[in-house]
Amino acid sequence: MSWRSKAQLSTMWLILLLAVAAPWLGMYPVLGMRIMSFALFACAFNLMAGYTGLISFGHAALFGGAGYVTGLALTSWGWPTPAGIMFGVFVALVIGLAMGVLAVRRYGIYFSMVTLALAQIVYFYCLQADFTGGEDGLQGIPRGTLFGLSLQSDRVMYYVMLVVFVASWWFIRRIVRSPFGQILQAVRENEPRAISLGYRVNRYKLGMFLLSAGFAGLAGAMKAVIMGFETLTDVHWSTSGMVILLTLVGGLGTDLGPILGAVIITVLEEKMGAIGHFLEHITGVHWFASLNDNVSMINGAIFVLCVLLFRRGIVGTFNARWGGARAASG
Amino acid sequence: MIASQKSSHTKASHGSGAGAPILRAHKLGKKFSGFAAVEGVDLGVAEGSIHALVGPNGAGKTTCFNLLSKFLEPSAGDIFFRERNITRMRPADVARLGMVRSFQISATFPQMTLLENVRVVLQRAAGLAHQFWMPARALTRLDQEALRFLDMVGLSGQAGQLASSLPYGHKRALELATTLAMDPQLLLLDEPTQGLGHEDVEQVTELIRRVAQGRTVLMVEHNMSVISKICDRVTVMQRGQVLAEGSYDEVSRNPEVITAYMGDAEEGIHA
Ligand SMILES: Nc1ncnc2c1ncn2[C@@H]1O[C@H](COP(=O)(O)OP(=O)(O)O)[C@@H](O)[C@H]1O
Ligand SMILES: [Mg+2]
Repeated sequence: MSWRSKAQLSTMWLILLLAVAAPWLGMYPVLGMRIMSFALFACAFNLMAGYTGLISFGHAALFGGAGYVTGLALTSWGWPTPAGIMFGVFVALVIGLAMGVLAVRRYGIYFSMVTLALAQIVYFYCLQADFTGGEDGLQGIPRGTLFGLSLQSDRVMYYVMLVVFVASWWFIRRIVRSPFGQILQAVRENEPRAISLGYRVNRYKLGMFLLSAGFAGLAGAMKAVIMGFETLTDVHWSTSGMVILLTLVGGLGTDLGPILGAVIITVLEEKMGAIGHFLEHITGVHWFASLNDNVSMINGAIFVLCVLLFRRGIVGTFNARWGGARAASG
Repeated sequence: MIASQKSSHTKASHGSGAGAPILRAHKLGKKFSGFAAVEGVDLGVAEGSIHALVGPNGAGKTTCFNLLSKFLEPSAGDIFFRERNITRMRPADVARLGMVRSFQISATFPQMTLLENVRVVLQRAAGLAHQFWMPARALTRLDQEALRFLDMVGLSGQAGQLASSLPYGHKRALELATTLAMDPQLLLLDEPTQGLGHEDVEQVTELIRRVAQGRTVLMVEHNMSVISKICDRVTVMQRGQVLAEGSYDEVSRNPEVITAYMGDAEEGIHA
């Protein structure tokens, strides 16, 4: 095993250990769960964007769409929690199929536009439909039980989410390196050549889009169960933008980048008030106290900073500098 | 010595019955917003032959290749592969029939190793292309065969290197190894020796001659010495149309062809 894969493996174990211990080290479990659902969402997005080069601007429809239908199944239909989550994933796959079929034959900005347009349809549907509660959102989603285990306690829910997250992350990583992943890498590196070798590339891209949609749906469904509500924010285009931001900040096409991006952005958003007060305290500049009201501005600033300092995202830049030849994949 | 090899090849190909052509184009045409890049092209490639497509820059050779391999939709005409009409087929399906093209600039998968470059082809034949749930090691059973193809072009020693690290001549060789792994019946090579140094040209020419054993090759080529050495038949194109066709000797003596090349001074006939 090379130095690099050893370093990577130790990093992963360290992160896992931290994640397991976090609720006992004083971290608020709901924050941890939010981070994990956004991280899973970003990993799903990265599966498509990082490994086909096609940037979807419509992933919110998959994330939020799954959240809504899982909420519907758990509140109105009284389904068991796992069934509700699976239903969310299923609906994300259906939306993903419709989006993918129309989008994968386009390139660059046209791909982004088609996905955005379709996601807007989902958004307006959610705005109008009765079951979503419109502007008020879908409230009071019960967490229910999992194999007889009540999910009411935040700690129990936290560890369930951790298991779902780690398993999904592991599987996504495996997809990237699988026989299927090899073909997608070839398509990304030289699409005409892949066609000339007999590959119907659009099918492979669609396959990847569906896998990405499924995991984005899982992330959204889990988030709805964790938070107990679902709102229009999750299907709004700004959520599609956020997942792009998370992934680019962390490192597009890397295993750990989306996680790091989600941690940084979510923690910053959550702790912006405290950071602002701290900065006000040490600098005496009152403006810092208002940081909390300017979260999107701060996100923008982080994004700009990352683009300027870390062109390949934090993990991508780290890999390129210290990672050896196949830097992009770590 | 070279001449004798050429004639033996020619004999073999023509001796084995110059029956129906393996690839045939009928009145092929392509317009780009009104401009006819290819017009009324009739072309027949005899099975087992090495057939050259020549002509000055902009004559429409690459466009022809794109039409034949279905990377472009023709605006007119029909294409037949083994007398089967493939005019409406998708490019990936044409490739699966056994007609594999190369590109004018080298086409490798740069961030993949040489082994992986060839293995990508073998994956499809082995039915190991869509398994997203399988680990990477499922592919190692194709390694031996991939190495065999790399060996054919003398690159098995660098199997673990990234394709991007190869010098240009070796990239072209890798491309040939990848193409061979498809086990094609017909190879369409677009300027395989373009951009190569003198020695590399010789090697790639030799390689083409070797891989053409038992196969058919249609190649765009500027280098007349390469054509005279290995090609059985030459089709000359000019301004989107076929100007002449015949053996190298016939074509190179054709006054129209000579004029066409004189008119395009930079191009010239590199004999
Ligand atoms: N996609 C395209 N759109 C518009 N014009 C094109 C396109 N491809 C080729 N052409 C034009 O068609 C003519 C033939 O080009 P090409 O087939 O590349 O010639 P060759 O390969 O013989 O040098 C040229 O005049 C070129 O500018
Ligand atoms: Mg050309």
